[in-house]
Amino acid sequence: QVSAALKEGHVTPTKLCQRCLALIKSTKFLNAYITVAEETALKQAEESEKRYKRGQPLGVLDGIPIAVKDNFNTAGIETTCASNMLKGYISPYNATVVQKLLDQGAVLLGKTNLDEFAMGSGSTDGVFGPVRNPWSYSRQYKEKSISKSHSEDEESNWVITGGSSGGSAAAVSSFTCFAALGSDTGGSTRNPAAHCGVVGLKPTYGLISRHGLIPLVNSMDVPGILTRCVDDAAVVLGSLAGHDPKDSTTIQDNFKPFELPSLPDVSKLSIGIPKEYHAPGLSSEILALWSKAADLFKNAGAKVIEVSLPHTRYSIVCYHVLCTAEVASNMARFDGLEYGHRSDMNKSTESMYAATRREGFNDVVRGRILSGNYFLLKQNYENYFIKAQKVRRLIANDFLKVFGSGVDILLTPTTLSDAVPYREFIKEDNRTRSAQDDILTQAANMAGLPAINVPTALSERGLPVGLQFIGRSFQEKQLLTAAKWFEKQVKFPMIQLEEVKRHSHDIFQHQKSASFS
Amino acid sequence: AARGCGGVWRWAWQRGARGPSPSPRGQRAAASSARGGAVLVGKSGLAPWVPVVGLEIHAQISSNSKLFSGSQVQFAAPPNSLVSFFDASLPGTLPVLNRRCVEAAVMTGLALNCSINKKSLFDRKHYFYADLPAGYQITQQRVPIAVNGSLSYSLCIDNKMSQMVTKTVRIKQIQLEQDSGKSLHDDTRSQTLVDLNRAGVGLMEVVMEPDMCCGEEAAAAVRELQLILQTLGSSQAVMAEGQLRVDANVSVHRPGKPYGVRTEVKNINSIRFLAKAVDYEIQRQIEELENGGTILNETRAFDSKLGCTVPMRDKEGKQDYRFMPEPNLPPLILYDAKSLPANMNHQQVVNIDWIHERLPDLPSVKRAKLVEQYGILPEHSFALLNEDGLTEFFENVVKQTQMKPKKVIGWILNVLLSYLKQHSLTVKESPISSLMMADLLNLLEKKEISSTAAKQVLAELWKGEEKTPLEIVKEKKLELIQDQKELEQICQAVIDGQENE
Repeated sequence: QVSAALKEGHVTPTKLCQRCLALIKSTKFLNAYITVAEETALKQAEESEKRYKRGQPLGVLDGIPIAVKDNFNTAGIETTCASNMLKGYISPYNATVVQKLLDQGAVLLGKTNLDEFAMGSGSTDGVFGPVRNPWSYSRQYKEKSISKSHSEDEESNWVITGGSSGGSAAAVSSFTCFAALGSDTGGSTRNPAAHCGVVGLKPTYGLISRHGLIPLVNSMDVPGILTRCVDDAAVVLGSLAGHDPKDSTTIQDNFKPFELPSLPDVSKLSIGIPKEYHAPGLSSEILALWSKAADLFKNAGAKVIEVSLPHTRYSIVCYHVLCTAEVASNMARFDGLEYGHRSDMNKSTESMYAATRREGFNDVVRGRILSGNYFLLKQNYENYFIKAQKVRRLIANDFLKVFGSGVDILLTPTTLSDAVPYREFIKEDNRTRSAQDDILTQAANMAGLPAINVPTALSERGLPVGLQFIGRSFQEKQLLTAAKWFEKQVKFPMIQLEEVKRHSHDIFQHQKSASFS
Repeated sequence: AARGCGGVWRWAWQRGARGPSPSPRGQRAAASSARGGAVLVGKSGLAPWVPVVGLEIHAQISSNSKLFSGSQVQFAAPPNSLVSFFDASLPGTLPVLNRRCVEAAVMTGLALNCSINKKSLFDRKHYFYADLPAGYQITQQRVPIAVNGSLSYSLCIDNKMSQMVTKTVRIKQIQLEQDSGKSLHDDTRSQTLVDLNRAGVGLMEVVMEPDMCCGEEAAAAVRELQLILQTLGSSQAVMAEGQLRVDANVSVHRPGKPYGVRTEVKNINSIRFLAKAVDYEIQRQIEELENGGTILNETRAFDSKLGCTVPMRDKEGKQDYRFMPEPNLPPLILYDAKSLPANMNHQQVVNIDWIHERLPDLPSVKRAKLVEQYGILPEHSFALLNEDGLTEFFENVVKQTQMKPKKVIGWILNVLLSYLKQHSLTVKESPISSLMMADLLNLLEKKEISSTAAKQVLAELWKGEEKTPLEIVKEKKLELIQDQKELEQICQAVIDGQENE
């Protein structure tokens, strides 16, 4: 819709950009952005404006303000991964996905906050501090928390965004941009999407290029897409997907961008409900919503059946081994020699390496490196790494079997509960939290499957809850069609933020979900 | 019989003994090994030793760009001028496999009689070092591109060119891997200088099984490999430019007993030094063991000035390289005529059969052809191929002269080649062209000059003054006198002269 508005001249790209930048400033307390690229964004907006004036916009994304998670390389703009190791690092190149967005005329507002090197499920463990969930400041949440009569003030009651792409989710959720890039390795796009009430899409592994995405687990990472509605996600996907010669793990086949039907139909679909996703700790609220959702599909004529993914319970441990092993390997390059932080310790190369890495990485990163190296030791490799690879194959096969038996899409919860307050969240360490929070999202990364979070309803506490759809490899069209249908059914409410109201203007007011498509 | 290693070892050792002598004990050991045979005798003169030598050879692939990135491959460029983002290990960069490097490895595998693995894998080998920006090297540890081949090479026995024996060494495997950068330690300023130009250049690691028994065999095997690589064009294999690096694995054991502990010898910069290093190390190990010592499984460097091996200070303890599959590279799939899918053209894939059909004649084939075509001896063919451009020179001379190739070869190998060697010139730099040589040999063949005169002419030609052989002959009045009468007169004059004394 905003794209149409740009086209028809109701609003100009520069005005749009300025308003977003202003909103970023007034929502600074959310800490969603690490870097705001004000100058370059305005320049891009000006260029876009010229194109619109000539009647030659580059496409639907021309002039649309977007944000990018700070683990994507952006030429000339700092890329930190929320780590001391890369503070001040200015990359000389753009990640392929960033380049593609820029080539479409999108306006890059800035880089969003995350857990350090994308390790975490809260967006709380980066060096720039935690990201605050915009819903903490929503009328909906505040109304519900007044009923809790403790004398805590608003300040300490704020809830987390989830992670690790919390900054991107918060940015989209608070209207500071129309779409954001995240990354998803174990649920890092879908988890914060669920907690922040936005759409979070994890595409099939190999569909979108990882060139320029600073890797966590090369065999599971994908760039993630966060938007306010499913149609927008489809548009962004269309501009990003396809073979990249710079990334040898992208598929060679030609990708054709698709448009979703305006009246999606799910009556011919077979929806699977995996019983193992009724995981311990799943809140009764979410369980009820899940059930309601299944009924919605049933009533629409879809076939809804219970299925089993028996190896689900091994996925946490398996993920832990494979993830830490790859992390240990990927982080080996951070030695302070060519780029990034370099310690002043210079007694010897080795002592410089050790000091640099101790100073540059936080506990979480260091912990994973040590674990990973342990699993890769010669005497452990067979028992841990190889075993985990085998278990991964079993987990992937679970999905193959289910999809092979006629099920088109799986419907599951995305998270175990709604967002917890920050002070609760930090009572447990990162590893414990990740293990708990990733349980429902991780398996899709192990199997390389596409999955999407669709905001479903507000919890009793007034916070967003989402549900997850998992599809067949490279069947994003079918997946997004079902997601769009569901989105239309549930009519998830718009966040009511004071700050946004202050910056109210036509665009945001007369649309239910301020989308750009 | 005094063939094989023992006698050769003695010869090589004596040759080494002429230069800086590694240790006074060495000579004693050499003397007592005169018994020869395939085993060595220590200074006690009683029980024999069996030396075992294996080689790991790294050959830089001759290609325009590096193995996984597009930066150029060039020797001696300004430091850090050929470094792409990937080579510098900038975060977020990914490897993209270079097709030409794969072809080079397939060619080499085929030339060495290997089975080419239609599916091979890439792995990461982790260790921290200043010249390894990513903290790991991408190599092929689990399934390399080629396995189970063989290399035949020839040796002269007892220093006589006339007796050559053919030996074979098994090739365990050939794997593709990245080269590292270069680091220079500046001790005066306590700093290390790192040049990443070489980081990421494609290497073929050729592993030769421990089938060799002495320095000479190792040297001959490497020389033959070098020729093969240069013939294929898969590597320029010039050791002086670091395009061919050899590490030797050396151990000794008693006959019938299990293999001894081996040491790895590195830092060998020429084929000549390879033979020296291996022989020194064998000798060192024998002495150590005979004195009741033990051999450490260590890495040693060859010190060419002192002619000995010394422990390398950098390597402490055994490294665990924490091998892991390289997740950013799918398995490397190669095709042959049978498995090639119908709709793929050969531009998109590497077809083993296609490469096989286009392999040039290998050195062994070239030599056989030379022997057959020109009637020269096998050892002549070795000498011809051993010198860059010499075969071509020889063939050009043969084409332009009536002299039989069997005679020509003597002039080429004994006269021309020794001149070149004396003045450290390559064939390309020879002031005598093949045409001039041919002209000269024609004069000789037509009996217009004697062979002594011919040598004088050569000495003149060597000065490079652009005179033809005929001109020199006329100038120096070197023509053979053909006239019988004239000869009689001269002889008579000489006899008369004698009588007068």
